[in-house]
Amino acid sequence: MTDNILFDLKGVHKSFTRGKETIKIFDGLDMQIKKGDFLAIMGPSGSGKTTLLNMLGGVDQPTSGEVLFDGSRVDTLSEGQLSKWRANNIGFIFQFYNLMPMLSAARNVELPLLLTNLSKKDRKNSVETALKLVELADRASHLPKEMSGGQQQRVAIARAIVSDPKLLLCDEPTGDLDRHTADEILEMLQLLNEKFGKTIVMVTHDPSAAKYAKRTLHLDKGEFVEKDLAA
Amino acid sequence: MSDIYLIFKNLTRKPLRLFLTCFAIMVAFLIFGVVTTLKDALNSGIELSADNRLVVVNSINFTQPLPYAYVNKVKAIEGVKDVVHMNWFGGYYQEPANQLVTMAVDPENYLKVYEEVVLSDAERDSWFRNQRGMLIGRAIADAYGWKVGDIIPMSSNIFSNREGGHTWEMEVSGIFDGRDEQFGTNFAVFHYKYFMETQTFGGDWVGWLTLTTDDPALNEQVAKTIDEEFANSEAQTDTSTEKAFNKAFIEQIGNIGLMIFGIVFTAFFTILLVVGNTMILAVRERTGEIATLKTLGFTAKRIFTMILAESMLLAFIGGLAGLGLAYMIVEGAKAFLAQFLPGLVLSDTVALQAVGFMALLGLVTGLVPAINAYKLNIVTAFSRR
Repeated sequence: MTDNILFDLKGVHKSFTRGKETIKIFDGLDMQIKKGDFLAIMGPSGSGKTTLLNMLGGVDQPTSGEVLFDGSRVDTLSEGQLSKWRANNIGFIFQFYNLMPMLSAARNVELPLLLTNLSKKDRKNSVETALKLVELADRASHLPKEMSGGQQQRVAIARAIVSDPKLLLCDEPTGDLDRHTADEILEMLQLLNEKFGKTIVMVTHDPSAAKYAKRTLHLDKGEFVEKDLAA
Repeated sequence: MSDIYLIFKNLTRKPLRLFLTCFAIMVAFLIFGVVTTLKDALNSGIELSADNRLVVVNSINFTQPLPYAYVNKVKAIEGVKDVVHMNWFGGYYQEPANQLVTMAVDPENYLKVYEEVVLSDAERDSWFRNQRGMLIGRAIADAYGWKVGDIIPMSSNIFSNREGGHTWEMEVSGIFDGRDEQFGTNFAVFHYKYFMETQTFGGDWVGWLTLTTDDPALNEQVAKTIDEEFANSEAQTDTSTEKAFNKAFIEQIGNIGLMIFGIVFTAFFTILLVVGNTMILAVRERTGEIATLKTLGFTAKRIFTMILAESMLLAFIGGLAGLGLAYMIVEGAKAFLAQFLPGLVLSDTVALQAVGFMALLGLVTGLVPAINAYKLNIVTAFSRR
């Protein structure tokens, strides 16, 4: 059973200090994410969705508690170790794509591969494969500003998967897109989950988007308000 | 793609800004190159002075003469190797505006004391034999197109000759070069004997003495002995090293070093503010991109290095362009100014100093944005957007 768990959060506390005030986000949160899961996290603003996603991605650390990834603690890693861990294990997809404006689609996709030891040829092959998967092979040389929002998000997906990470973290991936394009992106995520076995955690406000996930958790004031029966 | 490609793309993302910043840096290094070369040219007389050469002048000031008898008395002092007496002629060619640094000297001793004057044996012998003979520097020969054997009417704005005029006919016996490029060849020397026999100010006097000592370590002792020797005579002397004498002469027009420092410091400080501000703004604009790179797994150290490299690259592009332009200007002006500033050469030392300043400029202007990027917190950066 433990072998099947990708993420295990045990008694996680998270609080911020703003001036003299301490704001508690999580107060002993427990959570497990299985390998191959496609989890949607929903909840109102300020419920802790993005903070949870940031902790899963190693860009934010819990105040106390344990975060285990594939059985190993990540909450105790240094900044440098976390950077390496993210590069090896996590693919990020952002609401506003976060592409480098001065780089072509292919160069944007290649970025995470600069952190690997792959040869130039292997990097080129991986970029071509990722762009083909998101059906943008013919747009490889285009700059982000020459592409639509949906195309930019597909480039961002290609960038997220090019180094073959175990987990994809998506922060409102369709928040900036129209319904039709949003559906295309969500179908793509579903494909990556079902066909390629990628574990996906997606934060969204959109119930229609959440329907593409295998399960949905609702966060409110730092707690899951519906029991996660699948966990 | 590599980090260098990313640095290059970041640097060139706003071509107008890149151009303007590079232009500002270029101007700073152009000023540095030209002005420092100018200073070096003015100081070249000081730098090239022989360590064992002393100058003996009248203690009232160096325009007052010394008795001719001093020459042998000085030569007899222990530690003195060779002595040459020299007289300022105040020469010009045709028009007073065409001034030429011209001195009447004792030829054989002159070449012994000034070993850096290079000419052929044939020219040297010809000069020794010909009492109306004159040695001219290469810079003068090039400027006026004079050749060996030419008869030149040299005029003086101080002296008159026994024929009632101010012009002496002299024959070019030889054209000398300097032992190294920075040695000034913008002067002429001719026979003291010819000068004394033909001028109307009376004889038995010299302008000043230049001597060499057996060892630079003896300079102080020799200078002291000379000044003591003539302490109670009608013409007391002031003896100093040639370096000190030339330095004092140049500083009559002001503290060149301080002026140069002022100009260069102002230019650099202004550019530092401009480039520093530009770099900080450029990196601040990229806060989201830096946060994204960190999220993808780029370490803070790697991003720090990339931003510092970008700043260094900017400083070197502008700086090398400025230094190149300074070189072209100096080379272009060299021919025109050869007579006045013979040592006008953008030296390797100036070039190396400039490269050092480029590195320093890049470092100073890049350090703050690089540290900001290093410390940038991903969560804070994304929440600001």
